[in-house]
Amino acid sequence: MSHEIQLKTTVNGIEYDLTVPARLLASDFLRDNLNLTGTHVGCEHGICGSCTIKIDGLTARSCLKFAVQLDGKKVETVESFKKKPETRNILEKFKAHHSLQCGFCTPGFLMIIDELLKSKIKFSENEIREALSGNLCRCTGYENIIKAANEILAHKGIK
Amino acid sequence: MNKSKTKYVGKNVLRFEDERLLNGNGQYTADINFPGMYHVAFLRSEISHGEIISIDLEEAKKLENVYGIFLYDDLKHISPIISKSNMKKYLPTKQHILCKKKIRYLGEPIAVVVAKNRYIAEDAISLINIELKELEPIIDTIKASNETKNFVHPSLKTNVILERTFSQGDIKDVNLNELISIKKIFKMGRKTPLAMEPRSYVCDINKRTNELTLYSSTQVPGIIKDAILTYLGINGNQITVIAPDVGGGFGGKASLYMEELIVVAIANKLRTPVKWVSDRYEDLLTTSQGFEEIIEAELLLDEKGNFISLNSNVYGDIGAYSIYPWTAALEPMQVAGFLQGPYKIKNFYSNVKCITSNKPPTGPYRGVGRPAAVFVIESLVDMAARKINMNPSQLRLNNIIRKNEQPYKIGSGIVWDKVGFEECLKKALSLIDYDKIKTTKKWEGVGIATYGELTGIGSKISVAPGMPLNTGSETSILEIDSTGSISATFGIASHGQGLETTLSQVVGDHLGVTPNSIKIKQGNTSLITHGTGTYASRSAALAGGAAIKVSKKARNHILNVASFILNVPKTEIDIEDNLITQKNSNQKLSFPELSRIVYSDMQTLPIKLRKPLIFIESYDPIFGASTTATHIATVKINPETFKIKIKNYVVAEDCGKVINPMIVDGQVQGGVAQGIGAALFEEMKYNENGQLETATLADYLIPNSLDVPEISISHLENFLPNNIGKFKGMGEGGTIGATGAIANAVSDALKHLNIEITELPITPNKLYTLIKNKEKNEF
Repeated sequence: MSHEIQLKTTVNGIEYDLTVPARLLASDFLRDNLNLTGTHVGCEHGICGSCTIKIDGLTARSCLKFAVQLDGKKVETVESFKKKPETRNILEKFKAHHSLQCGFCTPGFLMIIDELLKSKIKFSENEIREALSGNLCRCTGYENIIKAANEILAHKGIK
Repeated sequence: MNKSKTKYVGKNVLRFEDERLLNGNGQYTADINFPGMYHVAFLRSEISHGEIISIDLEEAKKLENVYGIFLYDDLKHISPIISKSNMKKYLPTKQHILCKKKIRYLGEPIAVVVAKNRYIAEDAISLINIELKELEPIIDTIKASNETKNFVHPSLKTNVILERTFSQGDIKDVNLNELISIKKIFKMGRKTPLAMEPRSYVCDINKRTNELTLYSSTQVPGIIKDAILTYLGINGNQITVIAPDVGGGFGGKASLYMEELIVVAIANKLRTPVKWVSDRYEDLLTTSQGFEEIIEAELLLDEKGNFISLNSNVYGDIGAYSIYPWTAALEPMQVAGFLQGPYKIKNFYSNVKCITSNKPPTGPYRGVGRPAAVFVIESLVDMAARKINMNPSQLRLNNIIRKNEQPYKIGSGIVWDKVGFEECLKKALSLIDYDKIKTTKKWEGVGIATYGELTGIGSKISVAPGMPLNTGSETSILEIDSTGSISATFGIASHGQGLETTLSQVVGDHLGVTPNSIKIKQGNTSLITHGTGTYASRSAALAGGAAIKVSKKARNHILNVASFILNVPKTEIDIEDNLITQKNSNQKLSFPELSRIVYSDMQTLPIKLRKPLIFIESYDPIFGASTTATHIATVKINPETFKIKIKNYVVAEDCGKVINPMIVDGQVQGGVAQGIGAALFEEMKYNENGQLETATLADYLIPNSLDVPEISISHLENFLPNNIGKFKGMGEGGTIGATGAIANAVSDALKHLNIEITELPITPNKLYTLIKNKEKNEF
């Protein structure tokens, strides 16, 4: 039952080479094996988005992936955000707009907004709402998340 | 302090919590691990009503790295959980720590597996062979109340475990023939609080001292500590209950859970740290649910539109057990308690039945009772307005309790005082430009809801009627240590409200220091002798009050010490921005300097001024702070898909003195979003076989970023309550007002079809059925 597989992956710029159980979820791998507990597990069926991470620059639900699927990939988690000016700005805007209350769903929203920021497309407010509609927040009513997102993406020129 | 103004209260101080939460350095219970920690998983009932015939653990026990499997018999030293109340006619239920024989709800825990990790624990669960006998599930609330044979608790010989009647006035004095009757049966669907963080518990044991530490995703660490003594016999100095960062609660984490006691019992027995983290399926099945009621209600009014009488029967489905510590009374009694709302109605009658069923226990959920009550009374008011052809806003203004009529005791005994019902209603009407926005268009509608709420309640009013628990006071300990650093400790447990920030604003103002120099300690039972936690819109009003008292006491003592050191009268000394200064001179002392003189210098001060700088104060507001809001929503229904879109939403609310406007707005926005969920989406649907049809987040829908509009909010700060800080609680109001406003807006949008909404949530499917049935009946 605990078949082990070799895994080579880069997480937040650090290379790892280790063996993990074949059935280990990517979310559990990041949280339990690498102690990166900023990625949260809210539903384990891909709906809530709290566990969203970036794999090779694209957002993905880490609860729907096995750790071995990270093999050969570059993974980014919320812990990397404070290290770069661009992503640090996202954190600052969230604080300034009171875009979080309990903070549990927040890492997922940060990941999606960073992905929008790095895409070449311009977004209207409604498109931003749509892009964030795959992530659930129970505290804020979304309004302040949208306000922060609008401001973060503003320099791209909102449609 | 300059008494005329505050420096920090009333300001948008950015939250101190945010840095750690944004950086991924927050610490939720599931993030906590200890070396050698064991993990547990639960075998849960897959039926809602039945009996255990046999359990075979042989295969499961053989599995490698399984350290133990516990059944009821192994934990039977833990006495059954009984939620006490001194209410008449209350029949408490007995809840065993694990199912003994009888199974009373889907997901009820039967066995606990302890293993090296969660994966292995779940493997072992799948190897347990269990034989069950199914009994007919008790699901329908009204049927359950009339049952003569099939009972959730056979020893009680009834499913109605509590009944109470409220009555005021005498309807015999009223000439019924001259009155207009609006009579309907309303239904509010069962909800789950659905905090994004699932419930989780980790218990550590210090092998040197045998002391236990329970890390719990709880709103009420103080209540849990007391319950651990009651049920596990562990004294408060042998266990610390810590609520670390908690990922939302909304009432779902405000009760005692079996898993919580089991994690402690097993860590204590095996002398090793133990962890359990609920998965979403378990959380949906077993976290306390809310709101399930059927309400028969009749409003009588005269032809001029004066309300004469309000009569109702409330059938509250409380699930399988009377929840600890709040009891079954909590939700259904509050429906009746607040049904009259902000209106003058001389004659009031309500019969409330709390009915057991084979569903999970209900407990507190944001708004408690009032979202259903507001839905009912505000719908009746709009139905009455349609019947007598009067503007709904005018009908409300005709009957609303005005400022000069307060204090006003409503039929259930609640007293409204210092509350701006009329002012909030008028403000909301002008905010949305009501008369202009009112439309005759098909599929478009506008709905008003106005309500009264009691918040920040003191010792004279129990959070749940008859419950033997002190929810009415808060204690604060303010300490200035030898380095001059300041900390203030409270019994509350913030889980998203930002209380570390708001309480430091209050202390900052009253002590004369900057909020960021104060460490607020909370959510830890070892730091304070008594506390309960954060629930019932109490923390800002009660802990805020305690913060003011203790800060004033500390300030006065510091002035005495400084007066001696600076050799000037204390009236000549001021404390501001962390400096103790002699007015009109250059003489000043910093807090580190003052502390050094108090603690380390043995010559400057007389002995009595050298006592430690520790100050304790408790605050009990005795009664509560009445508050109100008016919500107005406009909706548009897509006639093809029946999707209901909320276009505009305004809230005018009376929340007393605002500590941090940004945080207050955030509470309103989040509260309204949950109210939108309650009105349009959310329902825990148990079918006739007792199976849950909404056991994933793909089936139990909560609002997403496309469903919640921008909310226009106005705060009225000119009705200040009789508590120290003039604070009113405002964590729940958003949810309370939304149900009624949205139901009325939807009914208004269906005016061309003469359809009135009497059941929430009103989903596209239900709307389709209502419209099809109407068409069928008209042909």
